[in-house]
Amino acid sequence: MVTRALDKKLIRDLWRMRGQVLAIGLIMASGIAVLVMGLSTVESLDETARAYYERYRFAHVFARVKRAPERLAAEIGALPGVQTVETRVIANAVLDVAGFEEPIVAELVSLPESGEAKLNLVTLRSGRMPRPRSTDEALVSEPFAEAHGLNLGDRIRAVLNGSWRELRIVGVALSPEYVYAIGPGALMPDDARFGVVWLDESLLKAAFDLDGAFNAVSLSLLRGANPDIVIDELDRLLERYGSVGAYGRKDQISNWFLTNEIEQLRTLSYLLPAIFLAVAAFLTNMVLTRLIAMERSEIGLLKAFGYRDREIGRHYFKFVFAIGVLGVLLGAAAGYGFGWYETHLYAAFFHFPFLLFRPGPTSFVIGAVVGLGAAFAGAFRAVRTAVTLPPAEAMRPPAPPMFRRTALARAAIAQRIEQLTRIILRQVARYPMRSFTTCFGISMAVAVLVLSMQWLDAVDHMVDVYFREAQSQDMTVSFAEPRTFEAARALSRLPGVLAIEPMRAVPAKLRVGAREEREALQGLPAVQTLYRVYDASGDALTLPREGLMISSMLGKMLGVGRGDLITVETLEGRREVMQLRVAGTFETYMGSPAYIEIGALARLMKERPTLTSVHLRVDSTRQDALVRELKALPGITAITLKAAAIEMFDETMADTLLIFVSFFIFFAGALAFGVTYNAARIALSERGRELATLRVLGFTRAEISYLMLGEIALLALLALPLGSLIGWLLGRATVHGFETELFRVPFVLEPSTFGIAIVVASVATALSALFVRRRIDRLDLIAVLKTRE
Amino acid sequence: MESATHADGPGATSPSRETLRAHAISKIYRTGEVEVHALRGVDLALYAGELVVLLGASGSGKSTLLNILGGLDTPTSGKVEFLGRDITALDDAGLTQYRREHVGFVFQFYNLIPSLTALENVALVTEIAADPMSPEEALRLVGLGERLQHFPAQLSGGEQQRVAIARAIAKRPSLLLCDEPTGALDSPTGVLVLEAIERIHAELGTTTALITHNSVISSMADRVLSMRDGQIHQEARNEERRSARELSW
Repeated sequence: MVTRALDKKLIRDLWRMRGQVLAIGLIMASGIAVLVMGLSTVESLDETARAYYERYRFAHVFARVKRAPERLAAEIGALPGVQTVETRVIANAVLDVAGFEEPIVAELVSLPESGEAKLNLVTLRSGRMPRPRSTDEALVSEPFAEAHGLNLGDRIRAVLNGSWRELRIVGVALSPEYVYAIGPGALMPDDARFGVVWLDESLLKAAFDLDGAFNAVSLSLLRGANPDIVIDELDRLLERYGSVGAYGRKDQISNWFLTNEIEQLRTLSYLLPAIFLAVAAFLTNMVLTRLIAMERSEIGLLKAFGYRDREIGRHYFKFVFAIGVLGVLLGAAAGYGFGWYETHLYAAFFHFPFLLFRPGPTSFVIGAVVGLGAAFAGAFRAVRTAVTLPPAEAMRPPAPPMFRRTALARAAIAQRIEQLTRIILRQVARYPMRSFTTCFGISMAVAVLVLSMQWLDAVDHMVDVYFREAQSQDMTVSFAEPRTFEAARALSRLPGVLAIEPMRAVPAKLRVGAREEREALQGLPAVQTLYRVYDASGDALTLPREGLMISSMLGKMLGVGRGDLITVETLEGRREVMQLRVAGTFETYMGSPAYIEIGALARLMKERPTLTSVHLRVDSTRQDALVRELKALPGITAITLKAAAIEMFDETMADTLLIFVSFFIFFAGALAFGVTYNAARIALSERGRELATLRVLGFTRAEISYLMLGEIALLALLALPLGSLIGWLLGRATVHGFETELFRVPFVLEPSTFGIAIVVASVATALSALFVRRRIDRLDLIAVLKTRE
Repeated sequence: MESATHADGPGATSPSRETLRAHAISKIYRTGEVEVHALRGVDLALYAGELVVLLGASGSGKSTLLNILGGLDTPTSGKVEFLGRDITALDDAGLTQYRREHVGFVFQFYNLIPSLTALENVALVTEIAADPMSPEEALRLVGLGERLQHFPAQLSGGEQQRVAIARAIAKRPSLLLCDEPTGALDSPTGVLVLEAIERIHAELGTTTALITHNSVISSMADRVLSMRDGQIHQEARNEERRSARELSW
């Protein structure tokens, strides 16, 4: 009976304060939604990758050789821990698609002559598998087909070992090996310029002179087998067949990128939402404290009726619980929806044939616990203060606020301030904690905006340093085999070539004690003119005549620094094993490269100076003609254009990061909106009488709005620089959290980022102020004046 | 509407010039299905320079009447003319302008702005008035020349009400409307407030209407209008006004 009446009050209170209830819900929901969105995306990508790998038997260990006899397969299969062995032919080739002038690099992969593949199964998306022993039927990767609008029956041309060959597309497919379909040397997948083409084994064997032999092998392992041991055994077997070293799944290029991306997304999904949720929780707490504080006289009334503190506590507990549940539900629903959307965005980027979006309970539970916890903590404080008052005192309005004239007010300039502005200033000064809450709330919205948009700045900066400043080549031509410098000179004689620079990459294992990393040694001229090695501070590096220059990331992975020795095992030629001294380290944003002077590299390899790729500067008006000539040259496996790489990088960032960040912008806007709305609504109900009085005295609506909104504007004005500062501090503190082996994110904040953050927060604040203004306009003068507050 | 305080015209010098006239005003409040007839066809005139007391029990409609005369509310039917101009036809902005230029209000609960000092509360109004007196002068008129820099929380109820009066008259309004100005005060303090109103009325000659349920106060008026059930049921003229100082209740 008693409870029923209180519950009715509860429902009516909630309805009466629906605007504020919704605004608090919105703040909570923002934090929870970001968390759920981020975590569910990561969970889904993780799970999708795992399921895909398992269903389509993604191999555990991979190796490439120059040429190994088929009979070796049985020996490999007999290695302890190996479950299945599959030998293949894999080669890179230049591809030609009608109507596309720029060079295309293809990875040609053999399909077993007889029957089904045992590992790395392809998923047919349309069409059929090539017929056994077919000489022109090809399967192409789906993203590549889509990028060029290729249909079944279309023809493409490929340079197979030096001569053009026409291929007919009979099917479109995906494979777990190419989830992240990235071309050799590229930083980002470029579906138009890199494609996978599956051909019948017999065709590739004939083309690359590998009858009765293979050049690639993949293995799956028995459960519990140690891949490192298998890799060592495999290396031993393959050594004399020109292996550049077997590697496990974690170093498989597609999987490595995928893991890195997911890892980065995971950090992004924990760190930013954690900050976001903390901010939201804090604001929920503060806003609810004020809301309950306003219920003071009602609490006094209930006590006067004989309600116990416990009963009153329970009543407000329910009130807060209802708001909390609303916030949690809103947040969970929005997070689920956005997570679904984001997962699908990423899924298009990583080519999965299916997608598992089954977010687990973790993010929802964390969000709910933190959100409700913050709400209860805020309510508890306020209710306790209210119930400890004797009822008579609680029912009386709080003593009239005591204002004081500060020294500032007596200053000459203050004498010139008109009264409305004076009211605003005094109000802010009289309730510093309250003003601070509003100011801080808006600040945090700005800070979160700065923090999330800092990402875009960082990536822009990386692109600038990596591509625009460091690299002044227009094009890079890669060869299948090391060439003498004569090959470079031949290139320089082609029409349109303005300058050349050789580069020699040697796959190697780098060992220090028990640590081992696979990393190509990149040989470059001591002073580079086209492909320059820059460190993160933008300084060009001159390579020493001896020793290695390693990135500090590699140094960290191996635990070495300047002056230390690294055991280098080259995986080519004579497979020299040698001790090299670290001549210096440098900071870089991408990868973990090791550089060496190209002459020193040749001496170490005990061979004449060779190169594996050449960087070119090209006369742009003659680039197309040059590409046509290059495509026809034998032995070239890849031609990459820098402009295309930059474009791709930007596009990819726009597709992924920008979308992720725009969610943050949306939620930060909601945060600013919610905080402002609540602050203004509470102020309006506390000061309705004052405002009505002013209206009666003849002040216009605009003037009254100035009084209310001017205060918010003032606080927002203070919040903008404060928020920018907090954002900057948070950005600097968290930037290391985003490090992966692939990327180091520089701490860069462009002035424009602050500008955007400020605009977004201001707009959100102004919007909610406008909502409140409608309330001010509807102020009932007579009703407010009649009652004593 | 430009300032009508200095309006010239026929009868401008006549003592019986009308400041305000209400013609058959009614006010019906509808709350759900219930209609409350707060005013039922009230006719009334306020003449320049007179002090009128509206006497009535609570619920008699006197506050509603005052609110309509002061431009806080509009009648359901009927017309109010201020210096010959129909104010019932004005929109919200017009009413705001009317209050701003011509009407001074004093309320039962003072309604001072807590964050402004006495002086500043008065300045609040003088800053937006066309021909105000200085805030200091207004406060001296109500006997508070010494407490200019005090905040409302530092003033007694009677002092707060006198600040409210100073605030109402500082702009030299044509009309001073007081709604139960002594309602929240004890008798000696109330008398001080009434003295202030009386002094203002004497020195500035402001047309003043004062609402009260306290019949003692009516003896200080020129005219007393008694209200009951939304109508003026009796009008009396005091041949001899008593000064506020002589009152007590």
